[in-house]
Amino acid sequence: MDSFLFLIASFVLATAAGGLIIILQRPAEVDRIMAAQLLGTGGVAILLILAIATQNSPTVDVALMLALFAAFVTVAFVRDAPDPQNTAQRK
Amino acid sequence: MTSWFFGDAGVALLVLAIGASTIFARKTFDAAIAFVVYGLLLAIAWVRLSAIDVALTEAAIGGGMTGTLLLGAVARLRSAEPDDTRLGLPIQLATGFCCALVAACLAAALLLLPETIPTLAPAVMENLADTGLGNPVAGVLFSYRALDTLLEKVVLLLALLGVWSLAPNNAWNGIPRLRLYDRPNSTLTFLAQLLPPVGVVVGIYMCWVGANEPGGAFQGGTVLAAMWLLVIIARLERAPSIGQLWLRVGLVVGPAVFLAVGLAGLVLANGFLAYPPGHAKAFIVTVEFALTISIAAVLAMLAAGPPQQVQQE
Amino acid sequence: MEFALDLFTVFTLLAGALFFLAGTVGLIRFPDPLTRLHALTKVDNLGLGLVVVGLVPQADGWVAALKLVIVWLLVQLSGAIVTQLIAGAIRERGPSA
Repeated sequence: MDSFLFLIASFVLATAAGGLIIILQRPAEVDRIMAAQLLGTGGVAILLILAIATQNSPTVDVALMLALFAAFVTVAFVRDAPDPQNTAQRK
Repeated sequence: MTSWFFGDAGVALLVLAIGASTIFARKTFDAAIAFVVYGLLLAIAWVRLSAIDVALTEAAIGGGMTGTLLLGAVARLRSAEPDDTRLGLPIQLATGFCCALVAACLAAALLLLPETIPTLAPAVMENLADTGLGNPVAGVLFSYRALDTLLEKVVLLLALLGVWSLAPNNAWNGIPRLRLYDRPNSTLTFLAQLLPPVGVVVGIYMCWVGANEPGGAFQGGTVLAAMWLLVIIARLERAPSIGQLWLRVGLVVGPAVFLAVGLAGLVLANGFLAYPPGHAKAFIVTVEFALTISIAAVLAMLAAGPPQQVQQE
Repeated sequence: MEFALDLFTVFTLLAGALFFLAGTVGLIRFPDPLTRLHALTKVDNLGLGLVVVGLVPQADGWVAALKLVIVWLLVQLSGAIVTQLIAGAIRERGPSA
């Protein structure tokens, strides 16, 4: 069971990594935020699987932290909306 | 070979790739996002290195605080005058050389470790029961090296003073100019109403569980700070003016309680920052709770920045 | 019983991993930011959900299992709200933001 869990964790990591690398080549800012979200969720999945595979329950706490903070990058991004017309007079 | 060799190698390679992407990014926004992703990946790496306390801090600071700070800075740069000066090649080469030198020294230190590594870890574990704690990291922070922890918290306050001193004279006691969302947004308001209660529970849990499991005051304080920042950014609360008494008391209560416990050690035990035998855990938990409040206040105020406008009252 | 639980874990984790793959492929291949966002939430929702459901039988007791579910609920909740925020940002700035 443990080796199977590690295998699934590797697969999720590979998937998230592949997605990340391809998306980071796109110019749009929104795509990068979505890449960060993808990695956040992938990271939570990997940590949960690792927690069970290594019988280490504090790892679930790390996943909890990741889950809690996944939204913050997006909040900061949405807050700092660039005005497409005149960025010079933003303030 | 670790138990998850391909995963560990994958995480290491991905960290390197994201690091490279941060450096070679064309726009500062892209570099900021890549850096946050780098922090999240490092949290996974720390877990694989069995450093759960560090992983918790990395996830909290790297995921929450760094993102908010860096993206706020990027936004301010956007509205400033566009500056097209790029660093000259000599400076880039010198920077690259210095970074490579540091990396080479670290690699040498790791690869040339002696067979039996001199370490105090067994001594830490042997004496941990005397402190009443179950988490060796908490034992080191609050018992074996308590002076360092006390001074670190004072350093946090000094850093905050440094940030506040950037304010112009007439803005002292004003309100920090944390960038808010431009207008009331129902989705953001919903998030700021829903997440902070969960966050507060998680923050208190983190502080409480730190005595026996990975966690502690710093992680708990970071979570609380991030929740407070979220509430301010969503315009549900106003940022406090830095002259408010409750804010200043909150900032100072952590180091003050720590210092008081340390001085009480002169009377109740046999030295500064010593604990009376059998009651160490009670003192340590008290100090941790006070520190959580202070760390939350300091980190939130650090992210909020220097005060801008004078309080209108 | 042990074997049945292990079999359940294997199948649900495989399904969860499949949804991760599907979501990522959608994120890469869909033409439009809004459709990509849609793919992303499938990852949050179903991918992680199936992984958590698969891990619950392997957890060490009720409290540990409950913690796994709470993490998933938190990811889903913040993910759903964040998706709305991103969609709002896309609408404001246009698809090439």
